Amino acid sequence: MRYSAFTVIKQALTGHKDWKPAWRDPEPRSEYDVIIIGGGGHGLATAYYLAKEHGITNVAVLEKGWIGGGNVGRNTTIIRSNYLLPGNEPFYELSMKLWENLEQDFNYNAMVSQRGILNLSHSDPQQDAYARRGNAMQLAGADSVLLDKAGVEKLCPFLDFDNARFPIKGGLWQPRAGTVRHDAVAWGYARGADTRGVDIIQNCEVTGFLMENGQCLGVETSRGTIKAKKVAVAVAGSSSRVMAKAGMRLPIESHVLQAFVSEGLKPIIPGVVTFGAGHFYVSQSDKGGLVFGGDIDGYNTYAQRGNLPTVEDVCEGGMALMPMIGRARLLRMWGGVMDMSMDGSPYIDKTHVEGLYFNGGWCYGGFKATPASGWCYAHLVATGQPHPVATEYRLDRFVSGKMIDEKGVGAQPNLH
Amino acid sequence: MIINHPLLGPRDASEFVYLGDAALMKRPDWQADDAAQQFYEYLYLRDNIAGQHRELWYHEQGDRSWLVVTRNTETHEITAVELARDVATREGHAV
Repeated sequence: MRYSAFTVIKQALTGHKDWKPAWRDPEPRSEYDVIIIGGGGHGLATAYYLAKEHGITNVAVLEKGWIGGGNVGRNTTIIRSNYLLPGNEPFYELSMKLWENLEQDFNYNAMVSQRGILNLSHSDPQQDAYARRGNAMQLAGADSVLLDKAGVEKLCPFLDFDNARFPIKGGLWQPRAGTVRHDAVAWGYARGADTRGVDIIQNCEVTGFLMENGQCLGVETSRGTIKAKKVAVAVAGSSSRVMAKAGMRLPIESHVLQAFVSEGLKPIIPGVVTFGAGHFYVSQSDKGGLVFGGDIDGYNTYAQRGNLPTVEDVCEGGMALMPMIGRARLLRMWGGVMDMSMDGSPYIDKTHVEGLYFNGGWCYGGFKATPASGWCYAHLVATGQPHPVATEYRLDRFVSGKMIDEKGVGAQPNLH
Repeated sequence: MIINHPLLGPRDASEFVYLGDAALMKRPDWQADDAAQQFYEYLYLRDNIAGQHRELWYHEQGDRSWLVVTRNTETHEITAVELARDVATREGHAV
């Protein structure tokens, strides 16, 4: 069923009795052309673009829990393409262009809201760095506006401009950035893939890989053996655990990132605002809650919850940026497990095993990348060649020395 | 999290800085024939275990000792804390 204003009115007049489930609940078949492990945003987007752009529809998405139950449901919903390096920026700009047309494309309301992102600068060198970043963004076709202090004041008069330690000097504003209803992204891609014939199989945990002569021939699952010509892994957060079953060690550590929502407030924050002297970012949901976050906790963990010192640190960042946030009460908080890669950038690559592909290492920037990640991963799986904007996301880049060190601080698994 | 320091008793984890897997104490031999491969694996690849994880914590806001903490990465439960110096001496990779 195609969703439209007409179908909503028609259903309203007939008591909403004819709505169908948005996707099927099929039994796994014994063989597929492509198996995608992981029914999160990236896995479902990959299935959708495999079917839609490459005509490969004999595909199964295997999910150990329910789809969209991992990080696509646990993020702060921000989309942006304000990266610096040539290995990153064209990829994220492709993602931004896909976001802009996503709802029409998959006929689902994902509430894509291009309300802008403002990165604040607090020193002259930082303002210079933002000027450079803004230029790099424009070279890749993205939009950016360098604001002086007066420009920031006009946009966000509520910030602490009198902060003696971290005065606000200006900021980098990307008007096309924004927020998206995150769960709807998973559901929209799932429905779009399912409509085109992809089997979405939930409660089906992969327990091992079928390997023969250095080739991957399928997977063992909690619901039996499933053969496939190609197996594509997209399980960020659990990448090391899954790939260990294929005998691989990855340049990844798992860390927890916490996020927070305040009680509902009247509209106050115009877009997304980030503090440039600490680590704090905030936006306001359509329900009015302030959605914010900061640093990862900083130790290896697979528990989807963090500890209190980080909560304190994030709230201190908020108080330094906009003291009025101290009047808001925290409503809820949660944690998600992040694949922290060794240079802060992701992987979309083949592995040394024929027929086995890997997508992961998204650190805590995976949500904004969802459409481009699916697009480029589908391209890699379908054609065997990396997509032109994702050629640098190689698993072996630490051997060759071609890191994508966006932050410029070297090999650390605790970067963005 | 509370880390039970062998010398100072229970201390809040916020006093510590985290480095990572305690296997980082086993630095490869730089003169080995495959030293480049060994250092690549040492620097960049991780077991990233879900479960009992031995890891290095530095007591920066305290006595500045390095500790080897055994902690469950699925529950955050800490079961053993030792001075890294003692572990290194025992396992024969003290510098």
